[in-house]
Amino acid sequence: MMRVFHRTDNPLSLSPKVNLINMKRVLFLIMLLSAAVMLSISACKPKNAGDAVSGDAASRVYVQPGKYDELYNFVSGGFSGQVSVYGIPSARLLRVIPVFSVDPEKGWGYSEETKPMLNTSHGMVPWDDQHHLDLSQTKGETDGRWIFANANNTPRIARIDLRTFRTAEIIEIPNSAGNHSSPFITENTEYVVAGTRFSVPMDDASGDVAIDTYKKNFKGTISFISVAPEDGNMKIAFQLILPGMNFDLSHSGKGPSSGWFFFSTYNSEQAHTLLEVNASKNDKDYILAVNWKKAEEYVKAGKGRKQTVKYAHNKFDESTHTATSKMLTEVTVLDVKDFPEIAYMIPCPKSPHGVDVDPTGEYIVGSGKLAALIPVFAMSKIKKAIADKTFDGSYGGIPVLKYESALYGEVKKPGLGPLHTEFDGKGNAYTTFFISSEIVKWNIKDLKVIDRQPTYYSPGHLSIPGGDTMKPYGKYLMAYNKITKDRFLPTGPELAQSAQLFDISGEKMKLLIDYPTIGEPHYAQSIPADKVVKNSVKTFKLEENKHPYVTMGEKNSKIVREGNKVHVYITAMRSHFSPDNIEGVKLGDEVYFHVTNLEQDWDVPHGFAIKGAINAELLIMPGETTTLKWVPQKVGMYPIYCTDFCSALHQEMSGYVRVSPKGSNVAISFSLGKNSPAGDSLLKR
Amino acid sequence: MKKLLCLSALVLFVAACAGSGDGTGSDTTSAATSETTEGGNPSYDPNRGEGKFTNVEVKPNLDAGMAEKGEKVADLKCTSCHKMTDERLVGPGWAGVTTRHAPEWIMNFMTNTDVMIDKDPKAQAMLEICMVRMPNQNLSDDDARNVYEYMRKVDGVK
Repeated sequence: MMRVFHRTDNPLSLSPKVNLINMKRVLFLIMLLSAAVMLSISACKPKNAGDAVSGDAASRVYVQPGKYDELYNFVSGGFSGQVSVYGIPSARLLRVIPVFSVDPEKGWGYSEETKPMLNTSHGMVPWDDQHHLDLSQTKGETDGRWIFANANNTPRIARIDLRTFRTAEIIEIPNSAGNHSSPFITENTEYVVAGTRFSVPMDDASGDVAIDTYKKNFKGTISFISVAPEDGNMKIAFQLILPGMNFDLSHSGKGPSSGWFFFSTYNSEQAHTLLEVNASKNDKDYILAVNWKKAEEYVKAGKGRKQTVKYAHNKFDESTHTATSKMLTEVTVLDVKDFPEIAYMIPCPKSPHGVDVDPTGEYIVGSGKLAALIPVFAMSKIKKAIADKTFDGSYGGIPVLKYESALYGEVKKPGLGPLHTEFDGKGNAYTTFFISSEIVKWNIKDLKVIDRQPTYYSPGHLSIPGGDTMKPYGKYLMAYNKITKDRFLPTGPELAQSAQLFDISGEKMKLLIDYPTIGEPHYAQSIPADKVVKNSVKTFKLEENKHPYVTMGEKNSKIVREGNKVHVYITAMRSHFSPDNIEGVKLGDEVYFHVTNLEQDWDVPHGFAIKGAINAELLIMPGETTTLKWVPQKVGMYPIYCTDFCSALHQEMSGYVRVSPKGSNVAISFSLGKNSPAGDSLLKR
Repeated sequence: MKKLLCLSALVLFVAACAGSGDGTGSDTTSAATSETTEGGNPSYDPNRGEGKFTNVEVKPNLDAGMAEKGEKVADLKCTSCHKMTDERLVGPGWAGVTTRHAPEWIMNFMTNTDVMIDKDPKAQAMLEICMVRMPNQNLSDDDARNVYEYMRKVDGVK
């Protein structure tokens, strides 16, 4: 039996205009239902295919209770600093992964084990602006191992492990400011790149210079960070020094453009004030084509300069359940103007934003934010232009190709303000248009527009599963809109950003559903669920727990005092802590609760909270040990309890910590299920 | 006209639907029903339980080495909830457990916990007393066998 579900019908009529819209919606719904009826009654065959397909929209996003979605959809959190995970096509939110911002719910940045993950050369940074994601690839195809995330504000790249859906590593990027052009990866995840949005004086030069010395003192950099194939370990392999300008987005070459990386740039005017006007003067800015294989050769030959810098490299060790932060002090830099054949500039109309490479690797699509056309460049022509040296001068010592010599063709009058393009693997490209608020489907070969659909409202990025790889999965398209307005019930001045899911399996794109998102989504990536599900970790093995303060079984629970530091080795099991009565803590003590969850069952985390703690709770996964630091400020009695409903006796999962004055002679004691000797003697009296 | 026809069909559709009760429920009912039927299947052996252990070889004398290994596993994963006496903590005390249940039943319950709780009358009766579902502590087959040997030791087997 076919069922029709509708989420957008609103019985309230708020204004004549809304009323009219509702009337239209009611009519539309009747059409939908009619179509469904026609399908459900075998005698009544659909006569109008359009109606039948429209009626399909609700069932296309309906995933039955207990059934899984077809795809994981990882969505950047923008100013939330986190990454959210949706199921597609249902658009159900599955998880929010804490990455660059603290998350008291999960104890991220609050537990002793996770604090080092947010360490930087500026100290602990509790927030960032997370824009782009890229899934790890093997042979140009997503492989389901990791997803990389950039931090825009304090330049960093994170690697999230898709076995645990946790942030496993964060590396800071020196010589950078506004890590926007990041974290895009090469075909086999050899490198993840980081291009600076803001040019700045280099870290080893004084930044204490007049701002209007931009042209002289400010430089751009692009970092190539190698990714170890076996464990994903990130290392800054080399940095390219470039003229001061703004690097915006990037994408790796593949196939014929293998070994190349493309970066969009703006502000070739080198403005440092009122960029809105001053960086929009030139008719064309550039797409920078980087031959990273060539750069790699120079570095291997010992070329480049070792520069003294300072940047943090933070890693989470799954066996100790603990992160460590190391401060590194050196990078290798190559000043591109001194090393021929690394980089070339391709003129691109009007402040290009997205630079996207089609699945064949032959076509490179530039999208000028202020342009009314889309230029498509051809790798074969770029290579020929380089070989023939058909240059049009140079920019900052980098050869500039002639626009026409690199150009395959232009999509004429596609819309206003093209931003980003992805591909379906069937020869079609899909581009978002911010100003005209639409998605336009066009053919890569003949550059003709095939279809256009409005979005609500003003899309930034779009994402097609595998849409930036050699093998797009296609089928769906997600548009991430910058403006929500009237799409959902109003929630005061601040609204959730809207995303829209389209079906792109046919000639025309079909809107399936609108859904609200976390933070401000920019780029997103999706992957078929089966590539990830098979590796998903359910519990951490207790036997493999190498945390220095693990409690291996309840028998080993204890309290150790080291000066004013009190280490509580405490276990959690449905439905009690061991120990659950603690005495002998004194004012001036620093108490560390090292909580080991002894459960070995999937989805039985325990929480841990104590009254007055000025940090957060802990959420401890089965088999894991996590530490909460607590410095009591007042004498008194402090309950502890489990915050994650774990069993019928969850409310009983609690205990007390007694805090005595400084210098008190109450000795450390702890117990479970019995009174302490002091308590017993009190009862006997 | 076409619209009218379809609208009348819609009325029929809605009327039929109203009779069949909750919409989403009907999709899952069939699955749930068939499971219940399986649960009541007389082929279920309440002495052995359900799981991979169908015939556990137990020697008359204790294997002290196995019991020692079993004790280590139990201390890490079991004794938060089970005492070695007949006193109930979270779960029942282990004293006498090897005389109450067949080794297959005990080891299936250790390793196939959720299924047993859902199906086995004895496990369900214990749940009504303890009110906490025993977690599956992910014991390996060897772990389960060693813990069983440790239970025998607790029950006085030499």
